[in-house]
Amino acid sequence: MLGAIGAKSIDELFFSIPEKYRLQDPLKLPGPYSEAEIIKYFTERAAENSPGYSGFRGAGVYNHLRSVVTDAIIQRGEFLTSYTPYQAEISQGTLQAIFEFQTLMCQLTGQEVANASMWDGSTATTEAVLMAERITGRQRVLVARSLHPEYRDVLRTYAKNSGLQVEEIAFGANGTLDQKALQSAIKNDVAAVVLQSPNFFGALEPVAQLADGVHAAGALLVLAVTEGVSLGLVKPAAEADIVALEGQSFGLPPSYGGPFVGVIASREKFVRQMPGRLAGQTTDSDGRRGFVLTLATREQHIRREKATSNICTNQALCALAATVHLTLLGKEGLREMAHQNLAKAQFALAELTKIPGVRRAFDAPFFNEFTLEFPRSVKIVNTELLREKIVGPLPLGTSYPELTKHALVCVTETKTRADIEKLATSLRHALEQPL
Amino acid sequence: MIVRQEWDLNSRIKKASRHTNQNEGLIFEKSSPGKRAFELPPLDVPQVDPAKALGANHRSDGVAGFPEVSEIEVMRHFTRLSTWNYAIDLGMYPLGSCTMKYNPRVNEFVARLDGIATEHPYQPPELSQGCLKIQRLLEQCLLEITGMDAITLQPAAGAQGELTGLLLIRAYLQKHGNPRKKVLIPDSAHGTNPATAVIAGYEVENIKSESHGQIDVDKLRELVTADVAALMITNPSTLGIFENRIPEIAEILHAKGALLYMDGANMNALAGVTRPGDLGVDVMHLNLHKTFSTPHGGGGPGAGPVAMKKILEPFRPVPILVEKEGGRLALEPVRTDSIDRVKAFSGNFGVLVRALAYILAYGPGIRQATEDAVLNANYIRKHLEGAYDLPYSLPSMHEVVFSDARQKKNGVNTMDIAKRLIDYGFHPYTTAFPLIVPGALMIEPTESESKEECDLFIEAMRAIADEAATNPEIVKTAPHTTRVRRLDEVGAARKPILRWDPNRRSGTPEPAEREAKAAAREFPTPVVPSAD
Repeated sequence: MLGAIGAKSIDELFFSIPEKYRLQDPLKLPGPYSEAEIIKYFTERAAENSPGYSGFRGAGVYNHLRSVVTDAIIQRGEFLTSYTPYQAEISQGTLQAIFEFQTLMCQLTGQEVANASMWDGSTATTEAVLMAERITGRQRVLVARSLHPEYRDVLRTYAKNSGLQVEEIAFGANGTLDQKALQSAIKNDVAAVVLQSPNFFGALEPVAQLADGVHAAGALLVLAVTEGVSLGLVKPAAEADIVALEGQSFGLPPSYGGPFVGVIASREKFVRQMPGRLAGQTTDSDGRRGFVLTLATREQHIRREKATSNICTNQALCALAATVHLTLLGKEGLREMAHQNLAKAQFALAELTKIPGVRRAFDAPFFNEFTLEFPRSVKIVNTELLREKIVGPLPLGTSYPELTKHALVCVTETKTRADIEKLATSLRHALEQPL
Repeated sequence: MIVRQEWDLNSRIKKASRHTNQNEGLIFEKSSPGKRAFELPPLDVPQVDPAKALGANHRSDGVAGFPEVSEIEVMRHFTRLSTWNYAIDLGMYPLGSCTMKYNPRVNEFVARLDGIATEHPYQPPELSQGCLKIQRLLEQCLLEITGMDAITLQPAAGAQGELTGLLLIRAYLQKHGNPRKKVLIPDSAHGTNPATAVIAGYEVENIKSESHGQIDVDKLRELVTADVAALMITNPSTLGIFENRIPEIAEILHAKGALLYMDGANMNALAGVTRPGDLGVDVMHLNLHKTFSTPHGGGGPGAGPVAMKKILEPFRPVPILVEKEGGRLALEPVRTDSIDRVKAFSGNFGVLVRALAYILAYGPGIRQATEDAVLNANYIRKHLEGAYDLPYSLPSMHEVVFSDARQKKNGVNTMDIAKRLIDYGFHPYTTAFPLIVPGALMIEPTESESKEECDLFIEAMRAIADEAATNPEIVKTAPHTTRVRRLDEVGAARKPILRWDPNRRSGTPEPAEREAKAAAREFPTPVVPSAD
């Protein structure tokens, strides 16, 4: 091949790089390793993690049952090794699947349009706020303190340089947004009120009740949903103007924090202010139904500095996994999964609050997560639980300094009655230990 | 019939032949009440009345419109859809700037291991040492490859890496008194660069390329004022040309207190051969879904780690991976000067795992992957130079950009050629980008392709150049072999249909209407190109 090119050596092909910058020595990298050695390396790392432990943590990342069918489908090379479907004629598989994903997300959230996709729930929430800023032309944003702390961090990072003014609204005694605090903060300069339901403490926010006040001020209601399975049993907030959803619960493993899939769903009238890709139905020159990426004039590759967002690579394969997973579950399966979460979380709450000194912290309705207050520091309790191979509830003190004795318990359908009973027994013992 | 003849008689199409594929409607159209494909284990705790537990929030019925299908229906549905896609696994995917290289399956295997895929980001660090070690080793490898001092693995994709990089620059300049106003961006840059600069709070000033397609260094010298925070450069540029004056460019910026950002989208031309850190770059992102072989999956997920010089280290997004006494690793949640988080949790960890597996497979041999990628691009360039116009003649690195200037004379443009390439069994190259080349054909073969596959591609491109001269209609109406023909994008945007709605009439016309439409469509006159 070099001969055909007319080069004497491979080095000649790199002559445009000034010589003194061309590396003379090989890079100091581990390898080359064979397939077997690579598997061995990662298997050894896996063993240094948490195998054999039973975990009760959610807080934005949930363990749910996943069918092996999902992985079998998303590992088909035609899905796995294809690019963004810009060439529609040979990407109809991906495009139709995206269209189905958009439909499923609309059905779940009760909204009219959904994009495919954002990087995760945290960036989807941030982009939803930026979208609200474009729609309203306002820059003040009120964010519930019961929104996931890391979501609030990401929003602040993005807001810092865009002129957005982010203010936090406290939570009340029952763990949901303090409605009085909201009433006194909201004025007609507010672009969006952002809340999460179920919120970070597991409590369901009274979204419908809040909506009128938000809309009266001319602001948009942005609803973040981190636990998608809740939508199988919890009414979608039709009152929300923009829903920012984390779809990890739909067939994606926790994977130490990603890759997941974020979604923005909203009203049709706002679609031109939406970030991210959209697939639309159309026809080909023979009149057959087909799908294309559409409304691309919102996107960076067309609009450059005037785009609605800088997102390009998104989470398409994760969106496909969610589509397959939800199709497998179907109408009844999702409902049953949601019901099992609710039943097991209720059972766990009953078992755990039988323990002397353990108290339910907030009395608002919840789905599969709830907050407990312990008679002593959560950290000490969790150290004891680790001895029993249990990853105990998430301490809330790091993000909420006033809640050092509070912990967030997550119970999904993956936990058996025996797992829950073992947690209760171990927690009882832990609290009986002298300090 | 005409198309069929064309196909059968065209001996120049070697890589592909026709075959039947299955029709398939939307999953919602296949649904029938009561079916389901996944069973849960029986509930082993007492039933709860959801209406009572959830109160006003209770959704009393299943999600309206949700599919109800059996397992084999799900399997067939998605398998049928998959067969309508082109993929790297089917053949060369020469999308310029996208680095569509082979995605090794061992990467997929290790990312799904128990103890890797199963780990929760909020489990305690003592139970996460394996995950943290993987991140640590990947950090070290990427620093060695880039020649940088510090790195963050948090950004979810290239565009978020760009934002992180600009926020680091902004924080650094702010710390020194003034974040400045402008970011300079060459006219050949990816669209994400200007879009990102705006989110970081900067004005964009475009720099025109000089006549050879490189940064106009004299012009740059004039433009770099005390208002300029940074230059975002892509190297090699989107023309596939190495910016050989990059050390001088860095000096010009540094002399005025500005920094140099490098878009690492084209790192597949440099890994193991030269290091951006040595060239004077202050901060850059890497696209793990390009250079480091993690699959594109129809558009994502990716990961966009950002590597930087020491001066930017204090501003890295939290949490920061640190080594504690005894070699234990931990994530430090707070740093005074940090730009804070750009994403929840620990980055796209599953993607990081795959990228590390790729690096381990090559080791220092990553240099040869780079060499082969550059060799393939130059081999293709050499063989297509006679057939297509080459607007910029400086040496090519990992990709080559032609224009459709010659074919335009016969009314054939880059999109037509791209669509015809589909009939020849290839995915098109990147069309109409970079913007500085009117009618661009941007071709990046990657190192994954054998000489045989490159030869087939060359042959196909030459055959299409011949067709453009002798039978332009067949190119202009391509593709002829796909299950759908060119789609009405204008109509799709004018009246967006973005979800299935049972109350809306299906987009597929009745058969009679379809036939009438097909008959009305102009068919190309059959001309069989002469064999070589």
